[in-house]
Formats: sequence, C-alpha cells, structure tokens
Amino acid sequence: MVAAIKNFLLSLVGIALVIGVWAAVSTWFSADLPSPIKTWKESELYVLQPWEKRGEMDQGIGLMAMYSLIRVAKGFLLGILFGAPLGLLLGASQLLSKMFDPVIQVLRPISPLAWLPLGLILFRQSEPAALFTIAVCSMWPTVINTMHGVRSIPQDYVNVAKVLRLSPWKRFTKVLLPSTLPYMFTGFRLSLGIAWLVIVASEMLTGTPGVGGFLWQEYNSLVYSHILLCILTIGVVGFTLDRLMGLIEAKLRIA
Amino acid sequence: MAYFKLQGVGKSFGVRRVLHEVNLFVEEGEFVTIVGTSGSGKTTLIKIASGLMNPDTGGVFLAGLPVTSFPARAAMVFQNYSLLPWLSAKENVRLAVESAFPQWNRTQQLDQVTKYLEIVGLGAAAGKRPGQLSGGMRQRVAIARAFAVEPALMLLDEPFGALDALTRATLQAELIKLIGQQSPRATVLMISNSVDEAILLSDRVVALGTKLSPAVPVTLAHPRTHKALQHEEEAVKVKARITEFLLAAGTAKSAECQPVEPRILAQVVPE
Amino acid sequence: MSVERPLEITSLSKAFGPAVPVVKDFSARVQPREIVAILGHSGCGKSTVLSIIAGLQDATQGGVVIDGREISGPGLDRAMVFQSPSLLPSLTALGNVLLAVEQAYPKNTRRQCREIAQRYLDLVGIGEYATQKPRELSQGTQQRVAIARAFSMEPRFLLLDEPFGMLDSITRCELQDLLLELWTAKPRTIILVTHDVDEALFLSDRIILMTDGPEARVGTEIQVGLPRPRSRAALTELPEYFGMRNEVIEFLESHSKQFKQ
Repeated sequence: MVAAIKNFLLSLVGIALVIGVWAAVSTWFSADLPSPIKTWKESELYVLQPWEKRGEMDQGIGLMAMYSLIRVAKGFLLGILFGAPLGLLLGASQLLSKMFDPVIQVLRPISPLAWLPLGLILFRQSEPAALFTIAVCSMWPTVINTMHGVRSIPQDYVNVAKVLRLSPWKRFTKVLLPSTLPYMFTGFRLSLGIAWLVIVASEMLTGTPGVGGFLWQEYNSLVYSHILLCILTIGVVGFTLDRLMGLIEAKLRIA
Repeated sequence: MAYFKLQGVGKSFGVRRVLHEVNLFVEEGEFVTIVGTSGSGKTTLIKIASGLMNPDTGGVFLAGLPVTSFPARAAMVFQNYSLLPWLSAKENVRLAVESAFPQWNRTQQLDQVTKYLEIVGLGAAAGKRPGQLSGGMRQRVAIARAFAVEPALMLLDEPFGALDALTRATLQAELIKLIGQQSPRATVLMISNSVDEAILLSDRVVALGTKLSPAVPVTLAHPRTHKALQHEEEAVKVKARITEFLLAAGTAKSAECQPVEPRILAQVVPE
Repeated sequence: MSVERPLEITSLSKAFGPAVPVVKDFSARVQPREIVAILGHSGCGKSTVLSIIAGLQDATQGGVVIDGREISGPGLDRAMVFQSPSLLPSLTALGNVLLAVEQAYPKNTRRQCREIAQRYLDLVGIGEYATQKPRELSQGTQQRVAIARAFSMEPRFLLLDEPFGMLDSITRCELQDLLLELWTAKPRTIILVTHDVDEALFLSDRIILMTDGPEARVGTEIQVGLPRPRSRAALTELPEYFGMRNEVIEFLESHSKQFKQ
C-alpha cells in the first residue's frame, strides 16, 4: 500500500516536471507556444463542458473523443475481422505462409499517411477511406501474433487432438482457438494502439470532426492552445484504451 | 494371429538409429510393458505403435489392419497428462466420449463421463480445471478419459513417471482395478523405466536395449502388491532377468551417463 | 605383504544423551578384503555404526580397532560414500576427486594429482565428464564421482552408507556392477549399509542383520556363500538364494513387529 502511494506521488512529480519544462519553453524559447496557464484558460470550456455541441467543429472534448473512438472501433474491428482469420490461416499452413510472408513484411511498415490517399481513391468518401486506412494499418500485429500463436501450440494439445481423433472443426474450436486466444489478444491490443494513432492522422488529413480534425482546424485557426489540448487528450485516451485491453488480457491468462 | 503387431520396425533420426528390426506381438487382452532407460527409444517405439509417428521400416498392425494414424477404439495416456487447460475435467472427458460415441445423445454421453470420473474418485472435482488439480488427480482424469471411450487398445506412455512414489502406487492399483473391470479386457501396451512397475502390472515384460529382449512372462496372481514383489520368488527372478538384459545392452550405460533432462510438464496456464 | 588383521568392532555403544541409546553392544569382526553388508530397518542405527567406523563420530562405549589400535577420528585408510553424492557444487567432477587425491598424495605435484584424479574418473567410466559441474550431471553420474573420490584415496576400508538408495533400479544395478568390478581388480575391505536385500545378496560375503533400535545390536549373521562372479539372473535360479533371502526378510519382519510392540 505504501509502495503504491509512493509510486503515485513520484508520478505526480514527473508530471509536474514536464509541465515545468513546458512552461519554461513557452516563456523563454517559443513565444508561439502557449504556456500551461494560457492553455488551460483557452481550453476550459471544452474540458468543463465536454459534451456540449456548439457547432460542427466546436464541440466539447468528450464529444470529439467519442467521434474518434467510434471510428476507431469500426476500423479496428474491421482490421481484426480480416487479420485474425488471416493469421490463423497463415499459421496453420506452411505453404500459404511462405507465399505471403514477403508480402506482409512489405505492407507492414507502410504509414497510414500513404494508405489514406489510396483509400480515398477506392472509396471516394472520407469516412470509408478512414476506416479502410485504420483497418489496413492496424491489422498487422493481429495477423503476426495470431500466426505465432498457431505455431506455438504445445505438442501436448496437438497430441490430444490426435488421440481423441477430433474432427477438424472440433480441433479448431476446442484446441486451436483456445490455445491461440492469448496470442491473438496480444495482437488485438497492439492493433488497437495503432488504430488510435491512425485515426488522428486520418482525421487531420480529411478534416472530419474528431480529436484529430479539431487539432488540425485549430492549427489553421492559430489557436495553438487547443492543439496542446488535443495532444493531451489523444495521449490520455490512448493510455486508457491500452490499460483496458491489458486488464482483459490479464483475465484471459488466468482462465 | 497376434492382435497387435509391430513387425520389423526401424526408425532413425538423422544418423542416429534409434530402433532396428523391432518385432513385438501382443495377444488380445494382454498387458505388455516395455522397459527401458531414458534414451533407449521406448518413447519413439510407442509413438510408432500408436500411429502418431511413422516408422522408416516395417509396420504396425491392429487386428490385421495397418496402423497409419491413431486407430479408432484406441486410447492413450501420456506422461504429462495432456489435458486441455481451458476445459474442466468433465469437459475434457466429454470431448473424448463425444468423439468416440457420436451416435449417443447428450445425456448418455454425460452419464459415461460421470461414471468414469467417479470410478477414479473424481466425481466431486469434475467441474474443476486441470490448473486446480494436483498431478495425481490430473493423471486420474487422463486415465478416466482413456477408459471412457471403452478402448480395445490402450497405450500408456510412462503414465506415472512424473508422480511421486505414493501417488504412483495408488494410481497403479487403480489402473489394475479399471482394467480388471473391463469386459472384454483391453489390450494394453505400456512403456516404463521401472522394472518393478512392469512386473506389478503386466502379463509379459520386454526390455528394450539396443534391441528388444525376449519377453518374460509374469504369472503372479492378481491383485499384485509392491510387497508381494519383494517376497515372491517369481517376481525377483523376473526382475533379475530383465535387469541383466538392460545392463548388458550397454545403451543403459550411455543413457545413464547423460546429464538428466528436466521433465517438462505441460504448462497448464495458456501462455 | 604383511598379514592383515581383521577390523574389530567391540561392544560398540552409542547414545545421543542418556535417554537416546541408539546402539548397544554392537560387536562384529570384518575380515580383510571381505564385503560385509549391514542390514536393518531405517533408524536402527546402522548409519551410526558406519560413521563411527569412519571416525566421523565417537562411540560412547566400546570402539573400533584396526591393527591392534583403536581408531580416533577419520583417516585416509577409511573412505566413505554417502547416500547423496555430497559433491562440492562449485568444483568440477575432476576438482572434487582432486580434493581427495591431494589429501592422499601430499608429496605429489599438482599435475600428478590431476592425472591421478582423471585416472579414477576413467576407472568409474565417466572420464569425459571431468570438466562438468555436479549440477550438469545425473544422480548416477554424481555418485560415480563420489565413488571415484573414495577410491582415489586407495583406502584400506571402503564404507558405503546406502550409496545407491536414491537411484532408479537400473542405475543402482549398474553401480553395483561397478563396485564389484573395482573390488575384483583391487580387493579391499568393504562395509556396506543397505536396506535392499537383493543388493546385499548380490554384493556381499556376509550379511550382518541389526535389530531395531533403540539399543540396536547384531541380531544374526548370514554367510553368503554364493560363488563369484555373480550374475543376478543366475543367482535367482540357485536354491540357496531364496533360502537366504527369506531368512533376511523374516528377520526384518519379525523385528519390525517387536519394535511395534
């Protein structure tokens, strides 16, 4: 208990130091960078009334984050819907994995900023393009971790399937899937992190309402303190998402 | 004609020849144990006998038919339980019963599961997961799972090797009981590194050195106990003969001189 | 070669405090180059007797006489092998044997000692494991190192306290064979404490059966007149074998009942 309090206080000190550096930079190095106090003053409204909608691009921070999250959810689910089965397939088949391994390795490092224009060409509208971009960028950890999970099934479980002469379906649902689930979940967690990154970039590029969209709009409107507000929001939401996934992952392990 | 046959079985791993011209004939209803030290190839032998591995030469035949994959109406118990950790004891056994008796309805299947779990004394623990059970209990579940499919052929891969002496003795007694209750009796092939265990359980004992020894029959009356093994002349004689064969084989020596490998049990928590 | 005299154990008594008399009036005579097995139930004091002979403990009364002189403390003429190999974990197999060799040959150079140590490791069949540490070796191999260590002192008396108890039956038999091999090549007196009847019959010339503690003593002695070299399977075919075996087992069982009274 004492250790927990100590750690909490230490993290508060860390945060205070960062704010200190921020204040220093804004005071002495960059006149354009708003100080912490200025940032708060100009962002008060958005934070204290997070669910207020005053205009299309003038909404509380809560609403903005919501829009982004909904988009992320859709894109992420799309990504894992493709990624998980693909991972299972590639893990189970040596042939397929040899065929597609180079393709995956090439597609993996492509940034969302490169995919988005392609998405716009394919789907013409920004919303489906964004979803496409999120899905394509975030699916790779799921694919790779699932693949790894399938390949890591302990020989014991494979033996069980053989000596019980399980049908292929039974083998899949009772042995392969449960055994691979923890790995898949690690993939999901990583994928979600990437999806959140991507949404911000894609909103910035397409100007749709959401945290990223708001950020870019405020930059163009020269209201820099709102940029910082967005940055903080993006960070906090990302952190929260990861924590939630972590909790679920831990539950899976105990099972 | 023998019910279960290994004929001319040979297997090499790279340059290492593990098995060569192995011939073994097991009659229906017989309990045969193959004794050998670690490294003698007995694990390879039982994998080939069960159809889980293919030999380089020779073949395995069950009731005249070649064995190329794990046969129907057969069951196997492994040293490291091999239970699925995300299923309860009951569900683990049920998975086997479903596969073996797809024509039964749900109630019939569950009755079978309960019956065998109760015989091994785990009726109360049926809903527990392997992670909540001790090593001895897990092996009991594995044994229940094997018997619940009413197999004609049973293969035992050092089933009690990972257990402490007391649990081992208890489970040996239970195994004898279960086999005795079956009608018709299953044909059993077991591998073990304990000569005592072999004499306790089997009708015939074979030693595996560089080759398979002649089978030594054990005609002691059942039920056999470890104490009887100490006293009965026949048990002492059989033990002496098997021991001598293994010592003479020389592979016993080279196997013993290898650093011992830790026994790795299946992780019961999904990784 | 001088005529060797037997080792005499005379009225040996040992008590750990007045209320704990473990051994009382234990007397026996061990002929030169004889293999004697001491059998008894666990806790009967046979290990105590052996450790007194080794000089690791003092008798409360009576004593052990070698060449007309009572022993006092351990010596290089008596080497002991314990149930657990008791090797020093920080030394290699060679290093462990070397410790004993250096004690036995104080005048030799280090290099000569190393050669001797290696020779004994070869003798027990594990020369190739000389540079390995105990944790990298199986129990059976570790016990071979312990045997090599004991033999390297070329002791007149070799004392073994249930040396193969921790090993599986095949390894146990291998080491029994090894012991006989070494004894046949260079005979010396061996006193072996064991609870394994077949081991005693396979190895020894004479079996001393101890009664149960407290106040354990010699119950009876059996001359094992079986011809050497002995083969386990052939032995079990001899009519005398089971006669002696049953005698030992009956003795142990009857005394166990008395103890429980």
